[in-house]
Amino acid sequence: MSNPNTQNKDEKTASTSSNLIPVFIMGKRYDVPESLTIMKAMEYAGYKYIRGCGCRGGICGACATVYRKPGDYHIRVGLACQTVVEPDMYLTQIPFFPANRAAYDIKPIDKDPEEVFKKYPELFRCLACNACSKVCPMDIQVMDYISAIKQGEFEKATELSFDCIQCGLCASRCMAEMAQYHIAQMVRRITGSKIKPRAKHLNDVVSKIEKGKYDNIFKELKALDVNTLKKLYTEREMEPAATPEDWSPQKKDYL
Amino acid sequence: MDICYYPGCTLKTKAKNLNLSTISSLANLDIEAKELSRWNCCGVVPSLASDDLLRLIAPVRNLARAKEEGYSQILTVCSMCYQTLAMANQIMQEDMEKRDIINNFMEEEGDYSGEVKVVHLLGFLRDEVGWDRLKIAVKIPLVGLKVAPYYGCTLIRPRQVGIEPLESLTLFRDFITAIGGIPVDFPSSTECCSSYQVVSNPEISDEVSSGILKSAEEWGADILISSCPLCEYNLGLRKREKKELPTLYFTQILALSLGLDEGSINLELNSDSAINFFKEKFKDVLC
Repeated sequence: MSNPNTQNKDEKTASTSSNLIPVFIMGKRYDVPESLTIMKAMEYAGYKYIRGCGCRGGICGACATVYRKPGDYHIRVGLACQTVVEPDMYLTQIPFFPANRAAYDIKPIDKDPEEVFKKYPELFRCLACNACSKVCPMDIQVMDYISAIKQGEFEKATELSFDCIQCGLCASRCMAEMAQYHIAQMVRRITGSKIKPRAKHLNDVVSKIEKGKYDNIFKELKALDVNTLKKLYTEREMEPAATPEDWSPQKKDYL
Repeated sequence: MDICYYPGCTLKTKAKNLNLSTISSLANLDIEAKELSRWNCCGVVPSLASDDLLRLIAPVRNLARAKEEGYSQILTVCSMCYQTLAMANQIMQEDMEKRDIINNFMEEEGDYSGEVKVVHLLGFLRDEVGWDRLKIAVKIPLVGLKVAPYYGCTLIRPRQVGIEPLESLTLFRDFITAIGGIPVDFPSSTECCSSYQVVSNPEISDEVSSGILKSAEEWGADILISSCPLCEYNLGLRKREKKELPTLYFTQILALSLGLDEGSINLELNSDSAINFFKEKFKDVLC
């Protein structure tokens, strides 16, 4: 791996800046600084991420991790990039869990619940055990959205499942062998394309773009040298952090 | 008044006519059916195996959530939901061992031991509305309409949770009388519609269901009413092409007798024979 001298220096820095605590990664003990996230702790322990590490920002769902604590039978979950290590946690990452996704063309599909039932008949194997909700690192009520889908309540299921990051932990725990998050995605697509009203203002903007509203400004920008571009960029008018409702930029040519 | 209402999945999808006619009729009687805010499949069909705790989780979760929301009773109109919820409730009331195991497993819900009463709409109409009040509320009495009440299996079996004793059935009869119709007793009233046999043995299913309809017709009925989406499927919707006795949900004739319009009963979801019969019978009301 890296230069042994560098590594020693790293360890020294870490041990002086924070206390080391034991964690068990796939059953093997490592002493890691207590302030690290699980992901950083695994890297500290020598693991190198090739898969199972995406955005490092808690959004992509690639680093779902399950762990247990001594004396507690509950399965605990977290995203490795967001969850801080705790003493004696036994953990493993589950970067991927096999889950079948139905193939379909969204265009001819209408909002009839039967369309989803046909693609995912396993929906009706649900016994309402709720293991899916308990294991969701985003605290989504997975079983409730599965119930809503069975009830044909697609908008409700869309709202309930909206924060899903598709990590697949629900599918890993389902005794009905569902891939809940794929079913929810199909339902959100139907809700978005067949149930919710189309955004009229979006059509207006698109047609203005097509009519060439921005053609000239792009032409002008392309012709500029790098330094002028940089200057324009750094001096651009920013939307203030706390934006009042009636805020608008001073230059309104391209609104 | 308002009541906690458990529609069930089928009433939200295939049997919207049963759902809508129930809600509109209750609203007409100044009763708000407040849908339980979080509910899952009732768990249909109740398992008859003694060691089948898994199948209890779904119904008990609904009941525990009703309790959590502060309700003392839960109203359902689907015969199968009624039976499944009522049987699970009885186990939670009487079997301490199973109750403890279920409560321990469902630690995310509050403990439940059968506190919420499971009520079917027919019993609710008798006990909470009252036949006399219903009679007064009726605007278009179904005078002369001969109605065969079809209980099927799940409303009255098993005996411990049945809405009334099998040997002295009065609920449907009193209901029909209250809305101005003539109840027609017929021997197949409590026979099975053939249930899920329709999936594996459709020919046998057709034979059974046609026999039930014929029996009601022979005893003089104009229509047959039920409260079960599966019975309605076997007796009504599967006969869509054929000219057999019209079938409706009892809540649909309730809504019509209360003077509600076609929009309140989703008649278009019934069989052709039912649609034609009622377009003729209620031509002043239906458009």
